Amino acid sequence: MQKILIKNGIVVDPLTKTEVKRDIYIEGGIIKDIPLKQKKTGFKTLDAENSIVFPGLIDMHVHLREPGYEYKETIKSGMEAAIAGGFTSICCMPNTNPVNDSNIVTGFLSDKAKNLNLINLFTIGAISKGLQGTSLANIGELKESGAVAISDDGNPVEDAALMGRALLYSRTFDLPVISHSEDAKLRGKGVINEGVISERLGIAGIPSIAEEIGVSRDIMLAGYYGVNIHIAHISTSGSVDIIKRAKQSGINVTCETCPHYFSLSEDALLDYNTNAKMNPPLRTKKDVDAIVKALYDGTIDAIASDHAPHSEDEKDATLDAAPFGIIGLQTSLPLTLRLFYNKKISLMQIAELMSFNPAKILKLSGRGSLQNGYLADVTIVNIKKEWKFTKSMIKSLSKNSPFIGEKFKGAATAVIVDGRLIEIN
Amino acid sequence: MSFNKKDLISIKDLSASDINYFIETANEFKKISLKDIKKVPTLRGKTVVNIFYEPSTRTRSSFEIAQKRMSADSLSISVSQSSVTKGESLKDTILNLEAMKPDAFVLRHSESGAAHFVSKWTKSSVINAGDGINEHPTQCLLDIMTVMEEKKEIKSLKVAIIGDIYHSRVARSDIYGFSKLGANVYLYAPHSLLPRLIDIKNVKIAKNMKEALKDADVVIMLRIQKERASYYFIPSIEEYRNFFQLTPELLSMASKRVTVLHPGPVNRDIEIAGSIINSGKTSIFKQVENGVAVRMACLYILMSYQKKNN
Repeated sequence: MQKILIKNGIVVDPLTKTEVKRDIYIEGGIIKDIPLKQKKTGFKTLDAENSIVFPGLIDMHVHLREPGYEYKETIKSGMEAAIAGGFTSICCMPNTNPVNDSNIVTGFLSDKAKNLNLINLFTIGAISKGLQGTSLANIGELKESGAVAISDDGNPVEDAALMGRALLYSRTFDLPVISHSEDAKLRGKGVINEGVISERLGIAGIPSIAEEIGVSRDIMLAGYYGVNIHIAHISTSGSVDIIKRAKQSGINVTCETCPHYFSLSEDALLDYNTNAKMNPPLRTKKDVDAIVKALYDGTIDAIASDHAPHSEDEKDATLDAAPFGIIGLQTSLPLTLRLFYNKKISLMQIAELMSFNPAKILKLSGRGSLQNGYLADVTIVNIKKEWKFTKSMIKSLSKNSPFIGEKFKGAATAVIVDGRLIEIN
Repeated sequence: MSFNKKDLISIKDLSASDINYFIETANEFKKISLKDIKKVPTLRGKTVVNIFYEPSTRTRSSFEIAQKRMSADSLSISVSQSSVTKGESLKDTILNLEAMKPDAFVLRHSESGAAHFVSKWTKSSVINAGDGINEHPTQCLLDIMTVMEEKKEIKSLKVAIIGDIYHSRVARSDIYGFSKLGANVYLYAPHSLLPRLIDIKNVKIAKNMKEALKDADVVIMLRIQKERASYYFIPSIEEYRNFFQLTPELLSMASKRVTVLHPGPVNRDIEIAGSIINSGKTSIFKQVENGVAVRMACLYILMSYQKKNN
């Protein structure tokens, strides 16, 4: 195993809340404090001048399309995109074909990831069998085979009794539940945010309350049963308010948002751009501001990409017909860094939102910090580098990004995964 | 010592000394079943009506045998062959039977609170032979009797109750009974099958199977019904078997002289490994044996109350 010394970087560590220039030694896949006097030989030196050294970034919400839809994305292409985006760990949602609701699919994913030996893959199993919302998946079996959470992401769990019992049952196994919170009937055939833009375009709208009613219900279930819940991809100012109040009242709720919800508003749909169609949809400017504020004040715990690859042919359609979802692994960090440059959030908060908190929510022990003894997952980010995101740079098999052509400042230049250095060119 | 209630509806109504009185009486009556001629004239001239609104093998035959051994006149009404099928209400059924002057009713019903309801409409004694998910007091007494035979005393024993506690009338009665006598009761099940707000002294919810079983003196396994999966309480019977079955390995964590109970009917290799039952190390059949003695004691005690108060 490689011995690595990262020199001259500013190390941002959320566990100790420190942001200082210091060296990091990695030996045997572990972050090591080495006493000053001790000889330090055999280390491969990595110069991190002008760079921030983050604990390895974790994207807790990714759709890899394998098994079943390998033309959109494979485990390998998804991981390559993740590396390019600076991630050392990604968590894949279960809406594959077959659905990941068993130890067989979980085992398939883990084995494949192991053989690829690129970055860490954590699997998220289904809450309900086949994502059908009618019976519980074998949740204990999923946990035993390695799942770090369960979610029916893509679909809300419509039956409140099933959701409630899923929360209780998974508590038995100490397995986090991630909720795609939405009232499906209120969403109906909606395509983009219901509002001025949907009216102007003549496109069926998705009301913000479709999300907020779902969020409220799931928080009430968690509060009543006294269990934890994680709410995926919140997009509205109303959801922020509901979650803020729930946290104040002592309910154990955490949540994530996605870079597009703090970077774009529904205006991005004005030219019927299907690469700006996702669910939840892009909302109003007021919602965007509320999300940014919630990232700053800690109401939102995590940033996740909700990376959702769809082929160019699929997206080359009307807004009504095109599938929901955009890719995000390569733009997640740069879009988040924009908030830093615009003085909305600090580097420490980025480390919390993209590493420390996801590790904590998913109970990924040994990750999310750069303290002595932690696993050597590291992301090195050059914060001076200016670059443009072009289609040819996309590592995903799918190209459905509304950010193609955008200029960014700051890029990951290397990741270290369990002590293994991967340089990004 | 005597008992000053007309009915046996709930273990909650009994004090620790009441429970001991029932067990001591049952110990005496147990001797009758071991004799060559298993009959005493204790309840001669008394009429007992057994009404079973739910199927039952053990409880029903146990009560019937108890009544015969004590020379009571008894009849058993199966709901499927009664006026209940013609739509007669529980209240009317009881009022009509009451007019025939029985001395006691033994009632099994799928609705919680049924025995309590019936007791208001009759001067006869009512023995609850299981009401919905609420209680099964005679099962609790026979469980305590069985444990006492092996451990002498209930106080300070670690009692693990594992399985579908939420839907179990046996669990509810056992929780009250064993905790009243000073046992430390540990409950374990998937959280979807646990009582959420339980506030009884000496009763706690175990974090896992291991915490429940470690050094346990008594393990009470409960039956899981297949239909629980349909209402999302569990994912499937296969998963239940994988994570909540009492296996020989798990049982080896319990005390060396552990008493293993199951109220029956048993789903072998679902909630409990068949090999544990086959090993002969459980007290399941002793429970059934003691059931007759407990039911004899209950009838005797309630009839004594009637004699004193009428």
